[in-house]
Amino acid sequence: MAASRKTKDSVIRIAFLVTALSSIVALGLIMLYLFIEGLPIFEHVSVTDFLFGHLWYPTSDPPEFGIFPLIVASVAVTLVSSALAIPLGVMTAIYLAEIAGPKTRGFFKPVVELLAALPSVVIGFFGMVVVAPFLQDTFDLATGLNLFNAALMLAFMSVPTICSVSEDAIYSVPAELKEASLALGATHWETISRVIIPASLSGISTAIILGMSRAIGETMVVLMVAGGAAMIPNSLFSPVRPMPSSIAAEMAEAPFRGDHYYALFAIGIVLFLFTLLFNIIADHIAEKHKQVGAATL
Amino acid sequence: MKKLAALVATFLLVASSAFADTTVKVDGSTTVLPIMQKMVEVYMKANPSVKFTVSGGGSGNGIKAIIDGTTDIAMASRKMKDKEIALAKEKGVAAKEIVISIDAIIPVVNPANKVSGATIEQLKDLYAGKITEWKALGGEGPVVVISRDTSSGTYESWEELVMKGEKVFPGALLQASSGAVVQAVSKNKNAIGYVGVGYLDASTKPLTVNGIVGNDETAASGKYPIARDLYLYTNGEPKGEIKKFVDWALGAEGQKLVKEAGFVPLKK
Repeated sequence: MAASRKTKDSVIRIAFLVTALSSIVALGLIMLYLFIEGLPIFEHVSVTDFLFGHLWYPTSDPPEFGIFPLIVASVAVTLVSSALAIPLGVMTAIYLAEIAGPKTRGFFKPVVELLAALPSVVIGFFGMVVVAPFLQDTFDLATGLNLFNAALMLAFMSVPTICSVSEDAIYSVPAELKEASLALGATHWETISRVIIPASLSGISTAIILGMSRAIGETMVVLMVAGGAAMIPNSLFSPVRPMPSSIAAEMAEAPFRGDHYYALFAIGIVLFLFTLLFNIIADHIAEKHKQVGAATL
Repeated sequence: MKKLAALVATFLLVASSAFADTTVKVDGSTTVLPIMQKMVEVYMKANPSVKFTVSGGGSGNGIKAIIDGTTDIAMASRKMKDKEIALAKEKGVAAKEIVISIDAIIPVVNPANKVSGATIEQLKDLYAGKITEWKALGGEGPVVVISRDTSSGTYESWEELVMKGEKVFPGALLQASSGAVVQAVSKNKNAIGYVGVGYLDASTKPLTVNGIVGNDETAASGKYPIARDLYLYTNGEPKGEIKKFVDWALGAEGQKLVKEAGFVPLKK
């Protein structure tokens, strides 16, 4: 009897181990494939020419594979969208966790999280048919499909992530800290700004970086509203072409295992390295400023 | 073990029955690809014994494949070059040219735009980034140039027939489909785009090119300048299943699909 119970236990343990491993294996295989399909381009183009070349004419004769404008576009769109999304997301989180009553919180939190459930193509379509003409008319622009529009739409998408993760962090600040601060005579605002926020800073930073990596990897929205001009933007309202939109637009018809195909996978590698970097930073911050008990402040 | 053997036997049976069918390989131009995909889909439903594998590696690759004998039908958006014909002869391949449809691309602007026509040279300058104000063509406001992703067949045709060796400037906006070009042009009064003749509707205004209206008739007669024939090449006169397919493609049913794919059907 005891033996069969032990067997059962170990079978279950192995089953869970396999389940856990499957996602790691899947990720490993995808990475492997990405590198196998992306690296051959560097036999024809040097890494420097690829990363810092200014011209992207993959199908011309001779082809040009310079993705610098694409990298700049991705970074610019991500930065502008963060500038919009971080204050919105963090301030909403503070309001929900600290100021709003339980009823308001119970209403607002699901609504904010619902925003994350909107399919990106819907947000993209909204940007294309509503926001673009509005921007064009209001600011008298040549086109409403531009960096700012894309950043605005991406901000919509990263606010829920930033808000929900940082709200959890703020909410989990131990009550003793807050009570101690209030007992010392600090006002509610002083408590929030001097005690609560510093105590939850690591959680907030993680939230911000997760939101940013969502923005840099987003494809559909930037494909639809960023405009798609492969040149370095000279204003907030220039049309740009971030990396994911080039991959999405061109992959379907790039000749299988041709140079263009390899180049698109190589863009994928660059994109992967960007998001990997973001995740490592997020992990590092979370680890370094880990809240251990109530005594670390 | 028995079960496994049975499984293997079934698999072999299925595999061998698949080999019994005729397989026709089609390779070549990405411009012709959407027509071919539509045709093959309909044709295979009616003739389940014939299997088609269609891939789009570009006109050059398709023609190379027919010369090397690695494909049965090559799709091409240009005629075979003299060098290719000579090479084919050397290998004992007499490539047979079949015109399958006509590709006509129409420049479109927003209906609010006063400009109603342009010359090929003006279109080229617009897409090269040399004309940046509509004033040069009698309109007003800045020009917003909308182009297709470089992999698309429409882009390829535009580059060949309008740009003639020059490159579309990097400031051109990219849209990933003809539908998206129509959408973007209809929403922006400064925009100019180009689409296949099948995509024209009331939301955009087609421009005349060198004074000629682009439609099925002017494209088929060769008057409209941004049009070209699309070809299929076979090894010698088409025979057997290939002949059946080609005849069907050139017939009423096949040409209807040409129109559905946004291209100009052949005049009968």
